[in-house]
Amino acid sequence: MGKRVAITGVGMTKQRSSRPDVNGQELINEAARMALEDAGLTRSDIDAVVIGNMDHFEGINYVDTWSVDGSGALMKPIMKVTTGGTTGTTVAMAAYYHVASGLFDRVLAIGWEKNSESDTTGAIITAFDPFWDRPIFAGAVAGLALEATQYMHLTGATEEDAAYVAVRERKHALNNPYAHLHMNLTIEDVMKSPYLSWPVKMGDMCPRTDGACAVVFVSEDAAQDSPQKPAWVLGVADRHLWAYTSDPYANQAIENGWWFPAMEWSARELYDKVGITDPLEQIDVAELYLPYSFAGLRYMESLGFCGRGEGPALVRSGAFDMGGKCPVNPSGGVMSSNAIGATGLIRVAECAWQIQGRAGDRQVPDVKIALATGFGGCFWSDILLFGAEKPEKSRG
Amino acid sequence: MSEEKKQLITIESGEAEQPFRWSAGTYGSRFLTELRDHKRFVGIRCPKCGKVYVPPRRVCGPCFVELTELVPVSDQGEIITYTVVSFGFVDPATGKQKPVPYGYAVIKLDGADTYLLHYVDETDPAKIKVGARVRAVFEEERHGSMLDIKYFELLER
Repeated sequence: MGKRVAITGVGMTKQRSSRPDVNGQELINEAARMALEDAGLTRSDIDAVVIGNMDHFEGINYVDTWSVDGSGALMKPIMKVTTGGTTGTTVAMAAYYHVASGLFDRVLAIGWEKNSESDTTGAIITAFDPFWDRPIFAGAVAGLALEATQYMHLTGATEEDAAYVAVRERKHALNNPYAHLHMNLTIEDVMKSPYLSWPVKMGDMCPRTDGACAVVFVSEDAAQDSPQKPAWVLGVADRHLWAYTSDPYANQAIENGWWFPAMEWSARELYDKVGITDPLEQIDVAELYLPYSFAGLRYMESLGFCGRGEGPALVRSGAFDMGGKCPVNPSGGVMSSNAIGATGLIRVAECAWQIQGRAGDRQVPDVKIALATGFGGCFWSDILLFGAEKPEKSRG
Repeated sequence: MSEEKKQLITIESGEAEQPFRWSAGTYGSRFLTELRDHKRFVGIRCPKCGKVYVPPRRVCGPCFVELTELVPVSDQGEIITYTVVSFGFVDPATGKQKPVPYGYAVIKLDGADTYLLHYVDETDPAKIKVGARVRAVFEEERHGSMLDIKYFELLER
């Protein structure tokens, strides 16, 4: 059986549209030093570092080597993890695996990106097949627009339903000093914003951001010395399914009962392991990788908060607003900050802060269980659950 | 821009080029040759689950077996989902801004079980529908690329 693992330190830069005052390594260092100080540790206490971003956004390869001064990995084991939009959550999972294995007691997980340094869509296109995808594919914005069109066709959901999510996320971000966008929007503002790729409008989409996040994962033994209340990892699951950008719209999968198979499979597996039978009742807060507004409808269905096609009604009931049954993205989420390699790890960091009661003006009262997700590539999915109580055992 | 920001130096990668040479593979090449020379589509059938992949792939992921049986598929099909791209972005194939707007769709050709991405000849989303019938229109000059297909024309509007 693996060691039980807790998060005891978090560091995060304020997410901004552009940080020309720092290079990648300097940005990484800001978050790394904050996380270590938060955990009451120094560089010498750290046994290993896991780091992630996507090289194609900066055009500079091998962050695991050139960042060692900034990451704190000088003369220590360091491993790079890159899985597309899920990078930050996969970094967290890899750090968890390191510690749960019993081979490392204290591991620093780092996710970062400087999306200001390239054309985000152009860079994303280079992650896909040069023959079949690249000539037509217009990156995440258009790939998500295809999902939105299909979702509206299958369920009757509307652009206004999606705008509700966009407004909610931006409203939540007003309570978060780390968020990139601080915008008090109305549904009308979102509806009037220009189309980027029909039916997705400017107001529906995440920004591109420069930022870094670092999280300290420690073993149950090391957690005893922590100055912070430990936020325990209850379990993790991930699934990668599709290969080409035209695969995820598979009607065959939908006909066979799958909506978003990677997310549904990983959620079911993890809920089963941890004992979640009613996510809406049992999960106190969720930090979800919702890159655009329609995700805040459809993914609630895939995560088991409601049945297929029921997302819009449940969302509009306020269940996921602050003060609702399970507030989603008190931080403002991805639609308010998206330094892509950091984004998944920020979901994890925000869950830890919520469990520790350190989330400031965006704190949800009395959080016992928190859910984080990562989303990326061809509709891939990472899912992590965190708890205030030490679990009976570690679950991978 | 603030005085402080003006003093921060950035550099551009400029006209730098890093050429790559990618392989389409045996079946991918066959698909592109058929498009180029005969304006025809071919797929490949999985011997285990019977699924027809277009473009042809060598491996069926779920069955994890090698595919060898090429089968002809139609140049007509239906729209599974669609969008109209209107935001500007850099096309990494050219380094230049991609011309917008353009309509594009996920298309299921008759006889195929997987989908293709391609342009549709319409930029008004109200005129495109899920389930609409489409047919491939080819370029006069063809070079063995997906862009040998000019676009898919809507057969109903």
